[in-house]
Amino acid sequence: MALEEQRLIFKHIDAPGYTRDIDCYLKHGGYEQLKKAVTMKPEDICAEVTASGVRGRGGAGFPAGVKWKFLDRKSGKPIYLICNADESEPGTFKDRQIIHKDPHQLIEGMLCSAFAIQAKLAFIYIRGEFFEGYRILEEAIEEARAKNLLGDNILGSGYSCDIIVHRGAGAYICGEETGLIESLEGNRANPRIKPPYFPAALGLYQCPTIVNNVETLCDVKHIIELGGEAFSKIGTPGNTGTRIWCVSGHVQKPGYYEFPCAALTLGQLINDVCGGLKPGRKLKAVIPGGSSSKILRADERFKGKLKDGTEFDWGIEDIPMDFDSLAAVGSMSGSGGVIIMDDSTDMVEALANINYFYAHESCGQCTPCREGVPWMRKVTARMCAGEAREEDADLLNGIADQIAGRTICAFGEAAAWPVQSFIAKFKDEFVEKAKEQASRRKEGKPAATETTLI
Amino acid sequence: MELKPETIEKIDRLIPRYPVMRSAALPLCHLVQEDQGYLSDEAIEWIAARLELEPINIAEIVTFYPMLRREPTGEYHVRVCRTLPCALGGAYQTCRRLEEELNVKVGHTSEDGKVTLEFVECHADCGKAPVVMVGEREYTDVGLEAASELAAKIKNGSL
Repeated sequence: MALEEQRLIFKHIDAPGYTRDIDCYLKHGGYEQLKKAVTMKPEDICAEVTASGVRGRGGAGFPAGVKWKFLDRKSGKPIYLICNADESEPGTFKDRQIIHKDPHQLIEGMLCSAFAIQAKLAFIYIRGEFFEGYRILEEAIEEARAKNLLGDNILGSGYSCDIIVHRGAGAYICGEETGLIESLEGNRANPRIKPPYFPAALGLYQCPTIVNNVETLCDVKHIIELGGEAFSKIGTPGNTGTRIWCVSGHVQKPGYYEFPCAALTLGQLINDVCGGLKPGRKLKAVIPGGSSSKILRADERFKGKLKDGTEFDWGIEDIPMDFDSLAAVGSMSGSGGVIIMDDSTDMVEALANINYFYAHESCGQCTPCREGVPWMRKVTARMCAGEAREEDADLLNGIADQIAGRTICAFGEAAAWPVQSFIAKFKDEFVEKAKEQASRRKEGKPAATETTLI
Repeated sequence: MELKPETIEKIDRLIPRYPVMRSAALPLCHLVQEDQGYLSDEAIEWIAARLELEPINIAEIVTFYPMLRREPTGEYHVRVCRTLPCALGGAYQTCRRLEEELNVKVGHTSEDGKVTLEFVECHADCGKAPVVMVGEREYTDVGLEAASELAAKIKNGSL
């Protein structure tokens, strides 16, 4: 039986007759929460967001209310809000839907948030490849301005706020919040070191700045509507609200599906929601939270203790889809990008593909990352070109271990985790590839260089 | 370098919106590139002067961001996503088909200057892999057949 989605953020997305213009949005109760927000005390909105327990949807899962609490309100400097719409973690495609199909929800969520933190200027940093998304947002902002929902003296409240849509230009590192800020200041997107450069204290133009993901800012609108307490009842304690799972790879029905946190297991997501694997195929592995999250092997048992002390013993299909359960099995729910691989997948090639991505995207600021990640790419590329060595798995692991934890930003981990987890879970395949190629050489056969993923 | 009046107008409107002028550097690179097709030395100097910066300040961002180009593309700029979800959906095979039918190697521009074919990283539409962009337009679920159709349209100029 197919599980029913419970859509909150995606309530109107793809609904028949729903269009992205402001009239349609207003007809569906749009901007009612902004009207309510500007009559509230800003600190009360912050309290509701804290009470909701909502955790950031961009990847790290840090509680948004806590992030807001770090804001330096006493500096006397202007406060800025930035919406991170760089959506660049491979496997993630939820923000695109919101921007294209319900842009006013994002704008309303942003204005409510901006009011709560008393920002007079907000930015949407949108990835450069979203040409259409950029035009849609610009148009939506002008629609909202024409109705006095944005700009000077919003709805006569005395509060003013403008939004600038700022386009990126194809660099993954701009999804890292301090890299994004550097980019927005007109520089290379080299992330800043924390401390001291926590954006809430020293962000854009060295002013207090809050950077939140598109989905998180949309959540704020719903938190105002429902109240923080009621919002926190969706999902489970510590894993509140809904998540939009973006499923890609080897399933029958890839796509985006919204469920309360922990409402379903990974097995239900794959089999009931996404129609299972292609005929005749078996599940081999899942990357559950965007390409930097650690891979899970289909035939492993996951045992351990959850935060609250309960013991678990799960197969891959039993893992509940929420922040804490995916962390407990050694991975993360990250940005919600679930990449499914069936038994046709060559794991060395899959890792070679991922390494190519991270080598391409390293900003080059820290030596371990700048030198190490392209080195890992070279090793896996050589393995796929018929020159694999039995010691390559250990070599790769050794390089990855020297990157993680030794860089200014979390990109070092993002690039190291796939390598570390692929080797931990599939070392046999890496060694096997080397042996196979050695025996071909022995027999005088040409190297097998036919690949599908790299 | 001659910019179109509408580009100048957009630039003039954009710069004062930012609290610090330098923030307009990346948007200006986009606007000038859209106008000129690429960012020449002259364009870099022009943007720097407009923002009261040194040319190196612009050159360093032009060389950092993959979407900013120092050379023009062909008439059709074809970008094939090759990141894992698209690769699992057959992006490499799609690209090979495009290479064959458009007679251009990936990473290059065809000799007649008609097509530039490139691999790019994730475009955030992984549920409809493989994803291909032609100019600013996105095409999804571009399997082998769809790739052939796309190539045919590019060749006869109907796209």
